[in-house]
Amino acid sequence: MSALEMAFTSRVGRKVAARAGLHEPPVLRRGRTYPGGPIVLATLGASRLGADTLALLGRPYEAPVIDSGGDEVPGYGDRIGALVVDATDLNRLSDLEALRAVLRPALRGLEASGSVVILGRPPAGDWEQRAVTRALDGIDRTVGKELRRGATSNLIHVDPEAGPLELASTLEFLLHGRSAFVDGQTWTVAPAVDTPAPSERPLSGRTIVVTGAARGIGAAIARTLARDGASIVAVDVPPAGESLAAVANEIAGTALQLDITAPDAGARIAAHVAGRGEGLYGIVHNAGITRDKLLANTDAQRWASVLEVNLVAQMRINETLLTPGLPGGLIDGGRIVGVASTSGLAGNKGQANYAASKAGVAGLVAAMAPDLAARRITSNAVAPGFIETDMTARIPFVQREIFRRANSLGQGGRPIDVAETIGYLLDPASQGVTGQVVRVCGQNVVGA
Amino acid sequence: MNHTVVVVGGNRTPFAKAGGALREASNHDLMTAAIDGLVARYGLAGTRVGEVAGGAVLKHPHDFNLTREAVLSSALAPETPACDLQQACATGLEATMYLANKIALGQLTHGIAAGADSTSDAPITVSGEMQRTLHAASRARSAQARVKAFSRLRPSHLAPLAPRVEEPRTGLSMGEHQAITGTRWGITREEQDDIALASHRNLAAAWDDGFFDDLVTPFLGLAKDAILRPDTTLEALARLRPVFGGEHGTMTAGNSTALSDGAAAVLLADADWAAEQGLPALARVVDAEVAAVDHPGGADLLLAPVAATGRLLARQGLTIGDIDLIEIHEAFASTVAATLKAWEDADHCRSVGLDGPIGAIDRSRLNVTGSSLAVGHPFAATGARIVPTLAKLLHARGPGSRGLISMCAAGGQGLVAILEAV
Repeated sequence: MSALEMAFTSRVGRKVAARAGLHEPPVLRRGRTYPGGPIVLATLGASRLGADTLALLGRPYEAPVIDSGGDEVPGYGDRIGALVVDATDLNRLSDLEALRAVLRPALRGLEASGSVVILGRPPAGDWEQRAVTRALDGIDRTVGKELRRGATSNLIHVDPEAGPLELASTLEFLLHGRSAFVDGQTWTVAPAVDTPAPSERPLSGRTIVVTGAARGIGAAIARTLARDGASIVAVDVPPAGESLAAVANEIAGTALQLDITAPDAGARIAAHVAGRGEGLYGIVHNAGITRDKLLANTDAQRWASVLEVNLVAQMRINETLLTPGLPGGLIDGGRIVGVASTSGLAGNKGQANYAASKAGVAGLVAAMAPDLAARRITSNAVAPGFIETDMTARIPFVQREIFRRANSLGQGGRPIDVAETIGYLLDPASQGVTGQVVRVCGQNVVGA
Repeated sequence: MNHTVVVVGGNRTPFAKAGGALREASNHDLMTAAIDGLVARYGLAGTRVGEVAGGAVLKHPHDFNLTREAVLSSALAPETPACDLQQACATGLEATMYLANKIALGQLTHGIAAGADSTSDAPITVSGEMQRTLHAASRARSAQARVKAFSRLRPSHLAPLAPRVEEPRTGLSMGEHQAITGTRWGITREEQDDIALASHRNLAAAWDDGFFDDLVTPFLGLAKDAILRPDTTLEALARLRPVFGGEHGTMTAGNSTALSDGAAAVLLADADWAAEQGLPALARVVDAEVAAVDHPGGADLLLAPVAATGRLLARQGLTIGDIDLIEIHEAFASTVAATLKAWEDADHCRSVGLDGPIGAIDRSRLNVTGSSLAVGHPFAATGARIVPTLAKLLHARGPGSRGLISMCAAGGQGLVAILEAV
């Protein structure tokens, strides 16, 4: 820690910083926890989707306070935990006033780390309907930026063919502390067959491979999925084997020392899984490297190594694991999760190779999704923003402090925030979520 | 033998020279690391393993219950029992056979054989006089008696004693004994350097192939065997000065094993049980034979495995030609060369009670992924290193492939075992 950083993080330093406007960021609610206060459901129209989904989750809900439009804002009295707005029937621009009327009181009454969840429809219909759809997105992003004390807002596009079963895991995730660092995002829930209801240990008895599992975000992913019941095959390069073994033993999983860029990496993963008499339910492609340089200084080797590890290897491994009938390959109803990055989606100075690979991951999961639908295999990605890891701890202090505050939650995310989002995508109840990229960035100003 | 015993797999730390990257690790630390890596590879965390048998050759007094203590420090369930065994350099293989026999008899479904040795952390003791004085002083009932006890001490009694590396009955080191054998059998410097070079080349190639990805787990930041010199040449080996056998000796630091630190572990199981548990099976443990030479009456301290090999092959109705891969522990390159000559020597084989010569072998079947000269030789670990290595090699060759392990041990002993791929 530099002298500057020590001064900044000292008690006096923190007081001075607070005077200058750099307040201590709020502590976020995390884990499989619902908000403390009541859930309010505002249905704008005749839809039953929000009500039925909350009923499926066994969550009671209250009626919203509606603003009359004047200077006086009616209050909620005690703080509320979450506002779910079912706007799936919202088609006209004039209907947006009804959304304003429920958001205004709720924004003032929401508890710390509370949630706003807006349910809308994917873009469709006439010109006005599409304009409304896009308007919801602008509202969601703004609400995310205006909410304080760690509260978040997200918008879910629910396909008209999808029902409460398909939506349940997503709504549960957004109300849970698991989505603590997911803010200002929009993604889609599609119809799906044989979707189970959410459960406490949704990954029980399922074998999942996590690459890059020896440390940082990968280790957090392995631990979180194990908490949710998964049997983990922890993969990392042989030189990282010591910490890999420690992670595997901590969660009673298995360690597989493997360079994912080896041509036979997919076959070796399948052999390991098959050798244990199991089928592979999911794979999380977390392993990644950076070789940062301005593009003007990036040689072919730096370019190739990052693309190979971060994108080419996982594409090759997927192809092997998707071989029908391969012992130890992905089973029908399985899951593929890639790890993209906000740097990839937004571009980042000095990271052309990394951005190419990580944006490529987003493209890959979207491309695979429709092709794998017949086998009920979903493919999705998370895109982490600034996450507190050993890797980001090496960024110079001032730059790091700027990165970590440049989002709506005023802080860096934790590895577990990425892990929880991956756990949500892996959940059997998330059968209707495929081809999506969910940012875990606290609504980072970059690329959000 | 009612139950088929299989080698599920193994794990070891990388090996390093004494005073190298693993110098801060005790026998306990090394053995725990080897077990933990094995536990991670086969998903045994928190489970009760039938029994763990292991040992170390250079032991501190506080290592009296080494294996059980390592189990308690490991990720295994604390209800896993353990015992210490020791047969010098054959310890890891003897522990393997001890557990294999118990599994064969149905006493265990599975077990872990292990060996660890730190020559960096070798015990240093006090002189016998010093030890007797301290005991007498602790028994003394008065201050006067205590002073009297200490008054018998002389300055020479205060000097610490390094661990003895020589044979107690001859006062000769293992290397000096091998030098006698080497001269008797006419082992040349060139033969020895060839064996050393092959060991380094084979080990380097195996590392490059990723062969050790599922056999070694890094420890204390060391990811690869540190003694290995991938680029060594015959010329470089030829330049080394002799260290045993006088100034005209042929044994050098290049063709003798280095004092090493490291640990290894093997997971053994009943074949049916392994299948039920979804654990792989690489090779079956077929049989083993132990032998000893007359010592100090005999001339070849390190050739006891010759008799064991002959007796074992005969009992199994096999000849050396039925063996696909051979692992001869490279205590010294000279030991390997003398062993192979002895196998071909009818008179010698008869002199140790065999019917005739064991026979010649094709060198391409010998120590194909390197052995102790390149890997290193933490005494008790070597047997537990070779068993899973050979099992993996045999498995890759296909079912029915046979392999033989020949290990010499201090005191003129030898242990030989046969594995067969499943």
